[in-house]
Amino acid sequence: MALLLTILVDGLTYASWLFIVALGLTLVFGILKILNVAHGSFYALGAYAAASMVAWFASMQLAPAFSIVAMLLAAVVVAAVVAPLCERGLLRMFYGRDEVLLVLVTFALFLIMEDLTKQIWGVNPLYVADPYMLFGMVEIGELSYVGYDFMLVLVALIVGVSVWWGLNRTRFGKLVLVVIHNEEIAASMGVNVSRIYTVAFSVGIFLAALGGAFTAPMISVQPGVSVGVIIISFAVVIIGGLGSIPGAAVGALIVGMARSAAVHLWPVAELFSIYLVMAIVLMFRPEGLFQRVQARKI
Amino acid sequence: MRTCLIGLICIAALLLAGTALPRWLTFLLTMSFANGIVALGIMLLMRSGVVSFGQGLVFATGGYTAALGFGVLGISDGLLLTLGGGLVAALLAAPFAWLIARYRGIFFAMLTLALSMVMYGLLVKSTAFGGSDGLNIGRVSYLGMRPADAWVGYANYAVTVVVVGIVSILMRVYFDSVRGLVALSARDNEIRVEYLGSSVQSLIATNFIIAAFCGGVGGALAVIALGHVEPDYSYWTRSGDFVFVAILAGHHSVLAAFIASVALELVRSFSSAYFPHSWQLAMGLFLLAVIRFLPTGIGSLWAVRTRSTSTKRGAA
Repeated sequence: MALLLTILVDGLTYASWLFIVALGLTLVFGILKILNVAHGSFYALGAYAAASMVAWFASMQLAPAFSIVAMLLAAVVVAAVVAPLCERGLLRMFYGRDEVLLVLVTFALFLIMEDLTKQIWGVNPLYVADPYMLFGMVEIGELSYVGYDFMLVLVALIVGVSVWWGLNRTRFGKLVLVVIHNEEIAASMGVNVSRIYTVAFSVGIFLAALGGAFTAPMISVQPGVSVGVIIISFAVVIIGGLGSIPGAAVGALIVGMARSAAVHLWPVAELFSIYLVMAIVLMFRPEGLFQRVQARKI
Repeated sequence: MRTCLIGLICIAALLLAGTALPRWLTFLLTMSFANGIVALGIMLLMRSGVVSFGQGLVFATGGYTAALGFGVLGISDGLLLTLGGGLVAALLAAPFAWLIARYRGIFFAMLTLALSMVMYGLLVKSTAFGGSDGLNIGRVSYLGMRPADAWVGYANYAVTVVVVGIVSILMRVYFDSVRGLVALSARDNEIRVEYLGSSVQSLIATNFIIAAFCGGVGGALAVIALGHVEPDYSYWTRSGDFVFVAILAGHHSVLAAFIASVALELVRSFSSAYFPHSWQLAMGLFLLAVIRFLPTGIGSLWAVRTRSTSTKRGAA
C-alpha cells in the first residue's frame, strides 16, 4: 500500500514536470505544424537564464521568495528575445515546406543553440539550489518529499488551465483555433496569420523556458540537459497526440506513472518502458490518444 | 557496367592511397566510410519518400553483434562478423518493416526514433550486454590471417573500403533498377504509383530491410575499427548524425554520402582540437545553408542532369 502511494506521488510529481515541459512542444506543433527538436534547447536556455536571474536577484539582497519571480522573469526574457528571432529570422523561410524538413531545420537550430549556451554560460555546471528548499519538506506516509515538487504540480495545473482558457475563452484564442483548422481560409477572412504564428511560437518557447527555469533548482544546469528533455517531450506529446493540450496532460501522466512504476518495481525497464509505450501508441494509434483521425487531404 | 567500373576504380584508388596516408587519417576514413554506409541506407529510404530517424537501432545491433560474436561465440574473422552484423540487423528490422512501411512523414520518423530509443533503454540497463559501459572487441583476423601490429589499421581500412565499396556498387545498381526507379517515383507521388499497380508499402518495407543491413554492416565495421561498442550507438543524437550526412548528401549520388561523411568526420575531429565549443554551431549553420540553398544535397551538384541548356537553345 505504501509502495503504491509512493509510486503515485512520484508519478504525479514527474508527470507535472513533464506536462510543463512538453506543453510548449505540443502547442507549437498544433499551431505551426512544426515538430520542434530545438524545444529542449529552449528549455536549457530557460534553465541557464533562471540560474543567472536568480543569482542576480540574490546579489541584490532580495528575499529568497523572490527567486520564483526571478525564474518567471527569466522565462519571459528568453521568450521575448529568442522566439521572434527564431520564428521571423529562421522558421519563416521554411513555412509550407515538408514537415520532416522543418524537423531538420529545428535540429540544426538545436545544434546551434547547444554551442551558443556554451559560449554564453561556459561549460561548467551552474547550481541554483536556493529556491529548492523554499517550500520545505512534506511528509507523506513514511517518506518525506521536497515541497518544491508539489509546487510544480500546482504550476502545472495553473499553466494547463491558463493555456486552455487562453485558447478557448479569449478572442485571440479563437483566432488561433481558426488558424489551426485552416490557415488559408483564416487568412482570406482577414486574420493576421503570421502574427498569430509569432505569438504562438513565443508562447511555446515561453512554456519551454518556464519548464527549464523551474527545473533549474532541481538539477545542475550544464551542457547536455537539452538532449534528454527533447526525447522525453517527444514521447509525451506523441502519446497524447500532437497538438492536443489534454493529450499532453494524459501523455505526461502515462509516462510519469510508467516511469515511476518501473523505477520502483522493475528498474531495468525504467528507460525503455517510456519509449515502448511511445512505440506502441505510434503503431496502433499514431495520431495519439486524443486526436481525431485526420482525413487524408489530396 | 559503368557503375561497377567507377566503383572498382574508387576502391582501388582508396586502397592505394591508404598505404601512403598517415594512420590517423586511415582511421578517420574507416570510421567515415562505416558511418557513410549507414547514411546510404537512409538515402535509400529517402529515395522512397521517408526519412528514418532511428538508424542508430541497426547501427548498434550490428556493433553489438560483432562484439558478441567475437567475445561470446569466439568468431574472430572480421568479414564474418561484418556479414553477421548486417544480417542480424536486417533480421531485427524485418518484423517491423511491414508495419513501419504504413507510416509516412513525421510518424515514420518518430516511430523509428522510438524503436531506436527502446533499444537504447534496453542496452543501458542490461548487464548481459555490458550496460552503459558497453563491450570491447579485440583484434580481428581476416580470412585466417592476423595482421601484424603495424598493419592492423590498414587492414581494417582496406576491408572497410572493399566491403563498403561492394555494397555501394550494389546499391547504385539497385537505385538504377526498375524497382529503385519506381521507389523514386513513389517519393514524388505515391497515389499514382499505387494506381499504376505497384505496392509502395512493399517497396518501403524492402528498402527498410536493406537499409537495416547497411546499418548493421556499418555498425560492425565501426566497432571492429574502434574496438568498443556502447549503448550510445543507439541514442537519437547518433541517428541525427546519420540523417545529417544523408541530408547533406542528398538522394542523387552514392558517392556524395561518403564525401559528406568524410567531411563531417574531418570537421568534427579538427574542431574538437581547435574550436571545441563552436563546431556544432558551424555544423548547424551549414545544415541550414544546405537545406535552404541546396535542398537536394551536394550530390545534386554533379548527379542531376539539368535541362536548362536545351531550353535556352529552344527559346533562342
